[in-house]
Amino acid sequence: MNDLSPDRAERSAKLKGLGHSRKRVEDQRFTQGRGNYVDDIKMPDMLFGDFVRSPYAHARVKSINIDKAMALPGVIAVLTAKDLEPLSLHWMPTLAGDKQMVLADGKVLFQGQEVAFVIAEDRYINADAIELVEVEYEELPVITDPFKALEPDAVVLREDLAGQTSGAHGERKHHNHIFLWEAGDKEATEQVVETADVVAEEMVYYHRTHPCPLETCGCVASMDKVTGKLTLWGTFQAPHVVRTVASLLSGIEEHNIRVVSPDIGGGFGNKVGVYPGYVCSIVASIVTGKPVKWIEDRMDNLMATAFARDYWMKGKIAATKDGKITGLHCEVTADHGAFDACADPTKFPAGFMNICTGSYDIPVAYLGVDGVYTNKAPGGVAYRCSFRVTEAAYFIERMIEVLAIELNMDAAELRAKNFIRKDQFPYTSAMGWEYDSGDYHTAWDKALTAVGYDVLRAEQAERVEAFKRGETRKLIGIGLSHFTEIVGAGPVKNCDILGMGMFDSCEIRIHPTGSAIARLGTISQGQGHATTFAQILASEIGLPADSITVEEGDTDTAPYGLGTYGSRSTPVAGAAAAMAGRKIRAKAQMIAAYLLEVHDGDLEWDIDRFVVKGAPEQFKTMAEIAYASYNQAIPGVEPGLEAVSYYDPPNMTYPFGAYICVMEIDVDTGTHEIRQFYALDDCGTRINPMIIEGQVHGGLTEALAIAMGQEIAYDEIGNVKTGTLMDFFIPTAWETPTYTTDFTETPSPHHPIGAKGVGESPNVGGVPAFSNAVHDAFRPFGLRQAHMPHDHWRIWKIGNDLGLHDDV
Amino acid sequence: MIPAAFDYHRPQGIEDAIAILQKHGDDARVIAGGHSLIPMMKLRMAEVPNLVDLQDIESLKGITIQNGRVNIGAMVTQHELITNEGLAAAAPIMREAALQIADPQVRYMGTIGGNVANGDPGNDMPGLMQCLDATFTLFGPDGARGVKARDFYEGAYMTERDDEEIMTAIHFDASTAGYAYEKQKRKIGDYATAAAAVMLTKDGQTCSSAAIALTNLSDTPIWSQGAGAALIGTDCGPAAIKAAVAAGLDDIDPSEDNRGPIAFKYHAARMMISRAIASAWARA
Repeated sequence: MNDLSPDRAERSAKLKGLGHSRKRVEDQRFTQGRGNYVDDIKMPDMLFGDFVRSPYAHARVKSINIDKAMALPGVIAVLTAKDLEPLSLHWMPTLAGDKQMVLADGKVLFQGQEVAFVIAEDRYINADAIELVEVEYEELPVITDPFKALEPDAVVLREDLAGQTSGAHGERKHHNHIFLWEAGDKEATEQVVETADVVAEEMVYYHRTHPCPLETCGCVASMDKVTGKLTLWGTFQAPHVVRTVASLLSGIEEHNIRVVSPDIGGGFGNKVGVYPGYVCSIVASIVTGKPVKWIEDRMDNLMATAFARDYWMKGKIAATKDGKITGLHCEVTADHGAFDACADPTKFPAGFMNICTGSYDIPVAYLGVDGVYTNKAPGGVAYRCSFRVTEAAYFIERMIEVLAIELNMDAAELRAKNFIRKDQFPYTSAMGWEYDSGDYHTAWDKALTAVGYDVLRAEQAERVEAFKRGETRKLIGIGLSHFTEIVGAGPVKNCDILGMGMFDSCEIRIHPTGSAIARLGTISQGQGHATTFAQILASEIGLPADSITVEEGDTDTAPYGLGTYGSRSTPVAGAAAAMAGRKIRAKAQMIAAYLLEVHDGDLEWDIDRFVVKGAPEQFKTMAEIAYASYNQAIPGVEPGLEAVSYYDPPNMTYPFGAYICVMEIDVDTGTHEIRQFYALDDCGTRINPMIIEGQVHGGLTEALAIAMGQEIAYDEIGNVKTGTLMDFFIPTAWETPTYTTDFTETPSPHHPIGAKGVGESPNVGGVPAFSNAVHDAFRPFGLRQAHMPHDHWRIWKIGNDLGLHDDV
Repeated sequence: MIPAAFDYHRPQGIEDAIAILQKHGDDARVIAGGHSLIPMMKLRMAEVPNLVDLQDIESLKGITIQNGRVNIGAMVTQHELITNEGLAAAAPIMREAALQIADPQVRYMGTIGGNVANGDPGNDMPGLMQCLDATFTLFGPDGARGVKARDFYEGAYMTERDDEEIMTAIHFDASTAGYAYEKQKRKIGDYATAAAAVMLTKDGQTCSSAAIALTNLSDTPIWSQGAGAALIGTDCGPAAIKAAVAAGLDDIDPSEDNRGPIAFKYHAARMMISRAIASAWARA
């Protein structure tokens, strides 16, 4: 066997390790309808729970009469806040240090709020029973505008907080105020802004939207009264955190709780939080002794579970006359809805919004974020985003455009003039972040060259002239975006959720015959972890990726981890996988040395084997070593081949990218056509180029949706106007343009394999590219800022306000 | 999203269906493709204790074209409207419009009868029927009667059809007129922000007949006689189009929704009418 040594390239290819466009192993199940989602779980005697929801955005609950509902055959129970109060479960803590009503306690604060939980034998009975629960409401004044919420005489929304002048994040300056969170140097920034050659000011609104995963949220809770063990299957992006929270809330010891995330049909941040449905299902199962399933419908999901964004960002950007940025000032009014249920690391109530200096070398900066209560659904989650980095990227990429207008300068040139230079990395920003690595100028030049930027600008100028002559009604917009992400939360020293440090983990067991199982603290929602984590391990331990099973999501078997969101899986759990793999390899080296009768130091690693230095014919493959680890007594070495690693990242990673969108806009109808979209991503070391491309396509399509039409809109009395997919825009293949993807590769210096994460980049960088294209089309006519979403009527309004229509 | 309980009926003949309607009165509704009614039932905005499914009634199916008259059974699907070559020759505007309704999956199920009879101002076919000057056959306890499409619609979801009648067929003349159905919508599957159906004939370079109808710009489809009249005898040039647009806008009464404010609806109507006229004229 040792005589037949295949060539190294062939051995390497066989592993399908790093850099290999390995097909997704998950898809065989998914494309054949063999996924196992939470709603596929069926158990004997299973009951169903569903909510009576508030039709009002703000009202006092005068009474709840459940008699008629209880009289309906098949109804088991109807829970209200009164039933949960003795258990202290009528309110629950949020991830953001606030508390949230599980069921309406005296009043409701947003439309769709959970009022009562009906438990019945099937969903049909449930739906009928919900209609029979009689709730008497007394309507109260509604606030859907965060600025109005802060007016002195605004109605008090959170009566439960009466008299509390400080909250989890410091002082509250008004009864509807949650916190003020500040970063940077306020005084120095204000001084720079006051004395600068040029200052561009603008209010940039990133509207409220929703992650809207195809699979809505849901769970099955099953309390086994004999063993005292609670099992909870559900759509959890962080199953271990859910277990800890469930234990703290219920008093059930944590070892008696098993949380399982089965297949998840998209999360995008919507499935990070803890929802009343989970709490009520658990209580219902404890009360009835039977499994209880709760599954949202689409309207529930859009109305009640976590929204994203809703940031009013008032910016001032200062620069010299020749376009060198000297300072950035940003004041945010953040609409958090009725409860502060953001899913951010505890010390960051505005997430990583203070990455808002973006890709630019800005010497001084200040950020202040005021969190505000309104009569809207709670949330504020990171929709395919690392904790408000989408808002930050949109803000700075809009401010750059506004500054370019102020300076009468080309926006691409202005960016290049202010990029952090390659030789400045690692770079500490004015807000205190240490950017790990980057080469922005190379990426930017590559992008501009790829699209033929100068030619495009000439064509655009010609089109403007033709438009002015009345020969066309179409304009061209060139949308630029250079974003820097901050992902991989995060170092335990400053990142935690409910006190849990944001490390992650991997445990590997090598089987005797040279295959393996790896378990991680993360959970895929479609990202392809079973494919890519196996590839990391294949390169580290020299076993084929096809021989490595990756398992996640079962807290009884997986090591503790903080879950998947904020593009943290590859930066944190991927690093843990590599580190665990290295522990395997270290032990394997000792075993190989024993088998080959040489010293450990006489061996070197070669793709899938240890080779005696200078004697390539003498080696032991990892498969041989694995077998030996189980069948040989090796002095000083324990049997078996297993390892576990808990990885506390030393820093965040900072992926970046250069996106350019070329858009044709029909001024008459407000419709658009994406003529070209070029996306260059630098996510450090590339694990699976095919999956990266898929991630970029998906993220860009979400970005298209957000920029061009997707929103959660309320009317003035707090009715959700966009509660179904008729009005909430999800692009189909028809609306989705063709994307061109490209890359540069600047590895992270602190990550074991140099990877940075890519899943969220296209959403973060894509929204400014699409939005800037709309703005850019109208820039020759004087447009500075028009809020998203840029749907037909709002684009029509831009043209209308600029006097480009002749019918008004 | 679960409807209230209902009884399901599947009659084999039109008389059987009428008998069920007579028996249950207000408590019965017929269902064709279900793409309007089922969502309303799931939202519990419509409660239908007795659902009468028409899909087994053979007499409601099929497209025939005889002596220059097109006859379409009420249960003909949008998909069949698109794929029927005889119809494409006799009334090409039908294919053009049907291709702009929803998506293929919906069009396999959605029927012309359901689209036309429901009285939803968002539906595309009612406007088209105005343009084509179609006649609907309504079958009831006393037999069949014909109603002009232009007399059929009274308000949103309110039509000339009696509760005990079922729409069985749609009829209109084959036409070689220039045609266009221009529809602005936010996305695939959406109702029109504004849409215009135009059919024109020309005699030399002069417009000799014109029919213009509008979708989702009032609580009923709008047949704008004034808009059509503004084109007849003209060369359909810019001045004529402007006059037709002005007449069309006089006839509509749009409301604000997520597609935009009223001013935008007027603007979109203006664009759709003028584009449809230009396109139809080029094909005339």
